[in-house]
Amino acid sequence: MREIALHLLDIAENSVAACARDITIAVDEDARKDRLLMIVEDNGKGMDEDMVARVVDPFVTSRTTRKVGLGIPLLKAAAEGCNGYLHINSAVGRGTRLEVEFQRSHIDRMPLGDLIGTWFELLVAWPQIHWIFRYRASGGEFLFDDAPIKKELGDVSLSEPSILTYLRETLQEGVKSVQKSQEDIHASSQIA
Amino acid sequence: MPAVKSLDELRKLKEEALEKRRAKTTAGNIQVTVAMGTCGIAAGARETMRAILDSIEADNLSGVVVKQTGCMGMCEMEPIVQVEVGGAPKVTYGKVNTELARRIMKEHVVGGHVVNELVIPAY
Repeated sequence: MREIALHLLDIAENSVAACARDITIAVDEDARKDRLLMIVEDNGKGMDEDMVARVVDPFVTSRTTRKVGLGIPLLKAAAEGCNGYLHINSAVGRGTRLEVEFQRSHIDRMPLGDLIGTWFELLVAWPQIHWIFRYRASGGEFLFDDAPIKKELGDVSLSEPSILTYLRETLQEGVKSVQKSQEDIHASSQIA
Repeated sequence: MPAVKSLDELRKLKEEALEKRRAKTTAGNIQVTVAMGTCGIAAGARETMRAILDSIEADNLSGVVVKQTGCMGMCEMEPIVQVEVGGAPKVTYGKVNTELARRIMKEHVVGGHVVNELVIPAY
């Protein structure tokens, strides 16, 4: 996969498959420390130690249609190739937290990619899940929690055209506002 | 946290959606499912789903539910999209790029005609 955002989508699908009710996807860009950290956290059924140890191995998957899963091993290899790491903390019945970090400026680091697209589609496709999205960069933060929106909408579908526009624009404006604050910092440091 | 779009705005949109539902102008009971396993994502399923959502927005299609599912065991046919209209049997399309997704939305979801040459036959 060519984008980190596609990997985040893939990992979040694992959380969905693990019957999570709440899923958080957080992206933290730290230009000063030159790190790019992503966390996907869920309260799904979790994995035992044995499964966690094996899940980064290409020959482990929970799927029944095929016996080989490649999502996590590919991401782990990409992170480790960029002075980073991938850690999984999981407990049966409690949930899973996956943390993956890259050296931000590493020449081989794939771009963050279309984070908005990943978030937007998860939000619409899995309305029964409570989604929390967070994007931080250089002091700016955008936090999106879908709970107030769903409470307001009641039984009106998220895939109604005008609601889709609302959600897409909310995510776009939120991420853009953080990226703008990042550019401002960058510009001021160049002056200095 | 930066100021985002207001819930007041959302309330207005919700009222309009409810109004539309009462007026029965919705397409009603159409379900579009995009396979979003690792294989699907790697083949471009996110862009396919985005094209579907964009056409719902652009053509103001009310009453279409868009879902995701995991790997369907036909990774070589990804991205896979299934369309279910009312009580009609589920139709499974293979190798659906963004252009074909727009075509399926136009011909099947809006027009009501199955796009036969894109259907995965044995499914």
